[in-house]
Amino acid sequence: MTWLLALLLGTALAQPRSGALDMSRELQALQADDSANPGMLWVQEGEALWQRPEGRAAKACADCHGAAPASMRGVAARYPAWDTASGAPLDLAGRIQSCRSQHQQAPPLARESEPLLALSAYVGLQSRGLPVTPPEDPRLAPARARGEALFRERRGQLNLSCAQCHEERAGLRLGGSLVPQGHANGYPQYRAEWQALGSLQRRLRNCMVGVRSVAPAYGAADYVEIELFLAQRGAGLPVEAPAVRP
Amino acid sequence: MPAGPWQGAWLALLLLLLAPAAWAGGDAARGRAIVISRQKGLCLLCHSGPFPEERFQGSLAPSLAGAGRRLGAAELRARITDSQALNPDSIMPSYGRASGLRHVAPAWRDKPILTEAEIEDVVAFLLTLTDD
Ligand code: HEC
Ligand code: HEC
Repeated sequence: MTWLLALLLGTALAQPRSGALDMSRELQALQADDSANPGMLWVQEGEALWQRPEGRAAKACADCHGAAPASMRGVAARYPAWDTASGAPLDLAGRIQSCRSQHQQAPPLARESEPLLALSAYVGLQSRGLPVTPPEDPRLAPARARGEALFRERRGQLNLSCAQCHEERAGLRLGGSLVPQGHANGYPQYRAEWQALGSLQRRLRNCMVGVRSVAPAYGAADYVEIELFLAQRGAGLPVEAPAVRP
Repeated sequence: MPAGPWQGAWLALLLLLLAPAAWAGGDAARGRAIVISRQKGLCLLCHSGPFPEERFQGSLAPSLAGAGRRLGAAELRARITDSQALNPDSIMPSYGRASGLRHVAPAWRDKPILTEAEIEDVVAFLLTLTDD
């Protein structure tokens, strides 16, 4: 009996729900229409950058990876992934940064810079519709566990955890905003609030600042750890990059 | 009044009788401004209430309508000052507490969300919310 209840509860919780499903019709239509989705402007820019030789190696992404629609299909769906060179997990933007410094030998692209967002959006688009599929790599487990701990830890002057909003109160309203389950399947994304494309890290910083908490600097390991956990709890959701959100 | 062991008790009773007058120290109009403010009280992020002009009220908490009928001044003060002392799982911030918090941003560090005087204003206002 208890077991049955646990099973039923387990399946209910195991059903992740994309934030897109709870947006207004207008925003849903904007996300679905490539000729109207503002994120596609960054995708176009990313496609141009993919072809452009850069750095002392004078190589373009395309010189190593060929056509992105074939070689980058499914990549965003499985990030963050383990990086053997640095012995740490990397998110997609971190991977692009490391290709740029190691293989192109070009000056670094800052987090949240337009070219890095554009390349992330272009690579992200190649996984659109594919299910989020976090790798079962055991080397990722400790970082993912730290991410879950961060997700459950109360923080800031308002003393709230991510889980208290996104697990226990998803679907309710925080002021005028519907609290989504807080999945990471649509990044980088165009937020009406930002009037721009932004990364998952930017979104996480917004939530942290909202509870009057310290937000670690862009690129901090904390964000990659949280993203690892978010990918696991959102496994199976379709990749929506570049998504649109309020 | 005869001096003796009863004197303390009389004093306590006297203080208790006078206490409601002291509680009336808050200013209900200032309290209302704090409650509806999105920067100061933040109450409407989670609560709704009888504020027809305020769009975007939250649904994470019970309505504040009737709070002043359901709860007395002491209960309201305790709730606002340290909700998590009443219920450790409460998501309502402990407005009068500045310790035991983690990763607080520098601008807010070691400060309670509301001062004692501001909490008195909010209590005075909530006591006027007697209709459902
Ligand atoms: C007080 C409530 C609250 C807390 C605490 C909170 N968030 Fe959020 N979060 C929101 C709201 C509300 C939104 C949606 C905003 C909107 O749609 O305008 C959101 C959006 C998100 C999104 C974007 C979802 C999407 O569909 O694009 C992610 C991811 C997220 N939060 C993760 C987190 C993490 C991780 C933490 C902890 C570090 C956290 N949140 C803490 C309220 C909260
Ligand atoms: C982040 C969410 C949140 C915020 C912000 C918040 N509250 Fe609450 N409040 C709650 C919840 C949830 C409850 C229900 C009891 C509990 O879970 O602790 C509650 C309960 C109450 C109650 C008791 C209601 C009753 O009828 O029993 C009062 C009064 C109250 N809050 C007043 C306020 C005031 C005034 C403010 C702002 C200064 C405020 N709250 C801010 C979440 C919040």
